[in-house]
Amino acid sequence: MSTIPKLLMPVVGLLLFLALWNGVAKTIDTSLGQFPGPAQVWEQSLTLINEHIAQRDKASDFYARQEERNAERLAKDPSFEPKIRPFTGAPTFFDQIWTSLYTVMVGFVIASIVAVPVGILCGLSRSAYSAMNPLIQIFKPVSPLAWLPLVTMVVSAVYVSEDPMFSKSFITSAFTVSLCCLWPTLINTAVGVSNIDSDLVNVSKVLRLKPLSHVQKIVLPASIPMIFTGLRLSLGIGWMVLIAAEMLAQNPGLGKFVWDEFQNGSSESLARIMVAVITIGIIGFLLDRLMLSVQRLVSWDKNAVLR
Amino acid sequence: MQSKHLELSQVGIDFPTPKGPFTALTDVNLKIAKGEFISLIGHSGCGKSTVLNIVAGLHTATTGGVILDGSEVREPGPERAVVFQNHSLLPWLSVYKNVELAVKQTQKNKSKKEIREWVMHNLELVHMTHALEKLPSEISGGMKQRVGIARALAMEPKVLLMDEPFGALDALTRAHLQDSLMEIHAELGNTVIMITHDVDEAVLLSDRIVMMTNGPSATIGEVLDVKLARPRDRLALADNPEYNHYRHEVLTFLYEKQKKVETVSSRQSAKKSSDSKKSNAA
Repeated sequence: MSTIPKLLMPVVGLLLFLALWNGVAKTIDTSLGQFPGPAQVWEQSLTLINEHIAQRDKASDFYARQEERNAERLAKDPSFEPKIRPFTGAPTFFDQIWTSLYTVMVGFVIASIVAVPVGILCGLSRSAYSAMNPLIQIFKPVSPLAWLPLVTMVVSAVYVSEDPMFSKSFITSAFTVSLCCLWPTLINTAVGVSNIDSDLVNVSKVLRLKPLSHVQKIVLPASIPMIFTGLRLSLGIGWMVLIAAEMLAQNPGLGKFVWDEFQNGSSESLARIMVAVITIGIIGFLLDRLMLSVQRLVSWDKNAVLR
Repeated sequence: MQSKHLELSQVGIDFPTPKGPFTALTDVNLKIAKGEFISLIGHSGCGKSTVLNIVAGLHTATTGGVILDGSEVREPGPERAVVFQNHSLLPWLSVYKNVELAVKQTQKNKSKKEIREWVMHNLELVHMTHALEKLPSEISGGMKQRVGIARALAMEPKVLLMDEPFGALDALTRAHLQDSLMEIHAELGNTVIMITHDVDEAVLLSDRIVMMTNGPSATIGEVLDVKLARPRDRLALADNPEYNHYRHEVLTFLYEKQKKVETVSSRQSAKKSSDSKKSNAA
């Protein structure tokens, strides 16, 4: 295929989808009004951007006023210790995107820190694998929604502090993400490690590499492609799980945005939810591309077709 | 056979199968002198690789054992370096780094400068100093095998074990590498045990050719002393009656005394190696 149709076909597909969406949306009437078509969604995304800008202006005004007042009081009374109160306005759509990204990354990193070493252990030792396998098979298909109440209660009971660094809803969401996105990395790492070319293992034996340098010099580099396949799947699952977790845990991210709009039930809610849906999709896609480029960067097998 | 350098005595091995133990090798006895070049030849599936793996320490013999310079072989180690059939270079390391890993691991008292010199020296032996920073995937099969040999030599092995080192190469590349190997052997005088399917290769390179009977329960059938003067020149030898006599001896052993009747199932599993054997015999 030449370059023009290569760019053309995705555009054609997209336009067809928009036309179909537009047509179908007009025929659906909900209790919150007509189902939003592309035009309404576009309008709402602009509204969300404007709301964000307005909120930022409000915040900077708020801080400016505080400083002005503090300066005045300091002029009158030099012993006065100025205090800056944080702005407590509602988070905007973009703040919520950041919260979601931050939460999913924390959950994903925790999961990876656990899954890669355990996966390597399972790949190296048949008995470790036999011991872990039933647990993996049972916990892998569990929905995040089933974990969530348990995680919530455990976090409430265990994470008690006067001045919490993180909010409970954040920790609950992040841990739920970890629990659900552990498995693909674990399984792929184990498979990657156990399938290392036996000749490479023999090279290691002839060189008498110690267990730690065997893992470091042979096992880890040899299984990097599979580990990254697992990590990409994990991040994808984590992102999906996060939205559900945020809805229930009330972590102020995209999941909460969707839930709040749903509860709010204004005539614009559906269009705003649709903006969130598309945003979630685009971010998920970008996260996957990001992992893919990291994978390309660290993988020694430059001939492998990665997609 | 003057000094006992490497000795295999009563070596046998059983592999467990669902139908009970399968005896792959029995009563393999062989004494190898220092600096000797030994070829193991036999039909595929006769246990040549198993013998080599036992000497390497990658397999443990069920009966008997291997003694190198007075101590028993119990595990793999760099004094018995292996050149694997498919080179098995680490694909994520450059040519230089592959050899360097072996040097760093086996000669820990060397300084940085000495490590570099030793790596370069071994890569010079195999004529590979022009591709130091290339990854294994970027060089040809013959080049990879050269690097594999350099890596094995860099471990300063007492015995160099080669498992069909040139089996996967085309005839011209193979001839080049055989010449290189003869040069290196003349210079360093390592003890070498090489597995081969190739009758010409065995006669050209070896001091002794160890011919193995067909499995199961394979063992050493005959040992042929090759008393051709070194250095050997493949062109001159092509017409040499003595050389042809040795070839004839090996061929007679392989195709008359140990004629292999292949069943369909064994043919499938051994297809690749028997294909190359046919072309070598032709």
